[in-house]
Amino acid sequence: MTITTPPARFTDLLAAEWLKLWSLRSIRWALLATALVVVGMNVNAAWADHRNWPGYSEGLRAGFVPTWAIRDAFTDPAMLVLVLAAGTIGAITLVGEYSTGLIRTTFAAVPARRAVTAAKLLVLTPVMAAYGTVLSVVSFWLTQAVLSGRDAGLSFGYPGVWRALAASALLPPVCAVVGLGIGALVRHAATTVAATVAVLLLLPMLFSPDRPWTAFLHHALPVMAWGRLTDLTDYGPLYMGPPVDYPATVTGSWIALAAWPLSAALLALWIVDRCDV
Amino acid sequence: MIEVHELVKRYGRVTAVNGLTFTVRPGQVTGFLGPNGAGKSTTLRLLLGLDAPTGGAALIDGRPFRERPRGLHHAGALLDAHDVHGGRSARAHLMVLARANGIGRARVEHVLDEVGLAAAAHRRVGGFSLGMRQRLGIAAALLGDPPVLLFDEPVNGLDPEGVLWARGLFRRLAAQGRTVLVSSHLMSEMENTADQLVVVGRGRLIAAESLGEFAARAGRQSVAVRTPDAGFAARLTAEGAAVRAGEPGELVVDGLSAAAVGALAHRHGVLLEQLTTRAASLEEAFLELTADRVEYAAGAPR
Repeated sequence: MTITTPPARFTDLLAAEWLKLWSLRSIRWALLATALVVVGMNVNAAWADHRNWPGYSEGLRAGFVPTWAIRDAFTDPAMLVLVLAAGTIGAITLVGEYSTGLIRTTFAAVPARRAVTAAKLLVLTPVMAAYGTVLSVVSFWLTQAVLSGRDAGLSFGYPGVWRALAASALLPPVCAVVGLGIGALVRHAATTVAATVAVLLLLPMLFSPDRPWTAFLHHALPVMAWGRLTDLTDYGPLYMGPPVDYPATVTGSWIALAAWPLSAALLALWIVDRCDV
Repeated sequence: MIEVHELVKRYGRVTAVNGLTFTVRPGQVTGFLGPNGAGKSTTLRLLLGLDAPTGGAALIDGRPFRERPRGLHHAGALLDAHDVHGGRSARAHLMVLARANGIGRARVEHVLDEVGLAAAAHRRVGGFSLGMRQRLGIAAALLGDPPVLLFDEPVNGLDPEGVLWARGLFRRLAAQGRTVLVSSHLMSEMENTADQLVVVGRGRLIAAESLGEFAARAGRQSVAVRTPDAGFAARLTAEGAAVRAGEPGELVVDGLSAAAVGALAHRHGVLLEQLTTRAASLEEAFLELTADRVEYAAGAPR
């Protein structure tokens, strides 16, 4: 028999991974539910400040912008939910194939495993980045609109706001790619999700920011890097808050936020190619 | 064409495939036969490049499958009907595979129709019976119109109508000049499907030959006789036959045809109540061969 083979186009793999992502009802629901919870939590925090404003001390009111105003846009509980969801979604886009056995069907159909993994990463990353952008812009806009009722809201033009928005937009893709990398390493669904949660959310608790080396590790964790980048407090000469012995730098935090997904992606590309499935 | 040469696969201390060599040619259905744990599925995974061989080579059309950037146009495979994501519809599952291989939507609808899943194509695979999953797996294997097809226990879970359909399909695919390898642990299944057999046991080759040769290998014909004449056994032995007791009241005669036994009885005026030719079934031949393999393997240092 003669075989007529169409050329092996990488765009075909991208299209296939795009179909794969959106043909699962569970992913669509997870993204929608997470979006509602994250925005809801942030808006709720802004409402609480709005309600409680009359009872706040002069000192608190004076320092509210920007330190506390930006924290209402990106609250820690909402961050926890977002990190959990993004890390899990990233993990299951790969480990879901291993746990169902679909990976064998996939790799029998496309033996170029690195290309498949690359396509997965190149679909997952922009989708999660777009998702993160929508969530961070909507969260920021709604919460600051609420706070503006007390003249305590930030505008998009306030110094550092774009940095905080960008870091928050990047948090979902960073966590998703880290989850995917851990999935490639572990290749077992429940263990992968547990490991992803441990790396993203539990590790920060293990490293104290009070000693130089552990502070370095602490600052290098993705969630902590995000925390630094969304912190608009001015640590200049006028800084009046509690002293920080080993402060995180903005540049270092950007590097950490980039290094995690890059390492995870390289790990996935390497492992998926060389292991039996 | 499929070529397996001195193939070895070890998982830790377990040797799943142990120096396997065979060739599967196009234009015929080849049965890949062996008891559970014989290494059939491992061999198929090695052929598809899903597992890397510890030693030797597994080639499809002369090349390791991993060297093909896209697979569906070179080989179609149904390894395990459960290797799908239950959350996707049958159509979405096939669309993903097709898209990755540059295959259009029309072909997806065509194979859905061919395996009889057109009406269920929008349903999620999680709700499919095993038989429906097997059909979906066969549809996926056919997507790329490949010259080589590998099916691992494809008729498990199919209803009788489905089994007949699958057999017909395998024969049609082979008649179109494709290489078709169908694994099974049931000889009876192969009897109705395969032209050639590759029989393995404990990761080693036991036989690679046509169905006819395989049947002849252990297929001594024997003759079952019932007679009230107690002296007939001695007469048969005198004619050079080997006689042993079969079922109660029955003699099993090896080395003489039914006609010869009948003529002997006629000559001596012996009454025969039964005279039946018994061909050893393929199942018996298979069991005998694999039993030999087990005996051999148990005596050999491993």
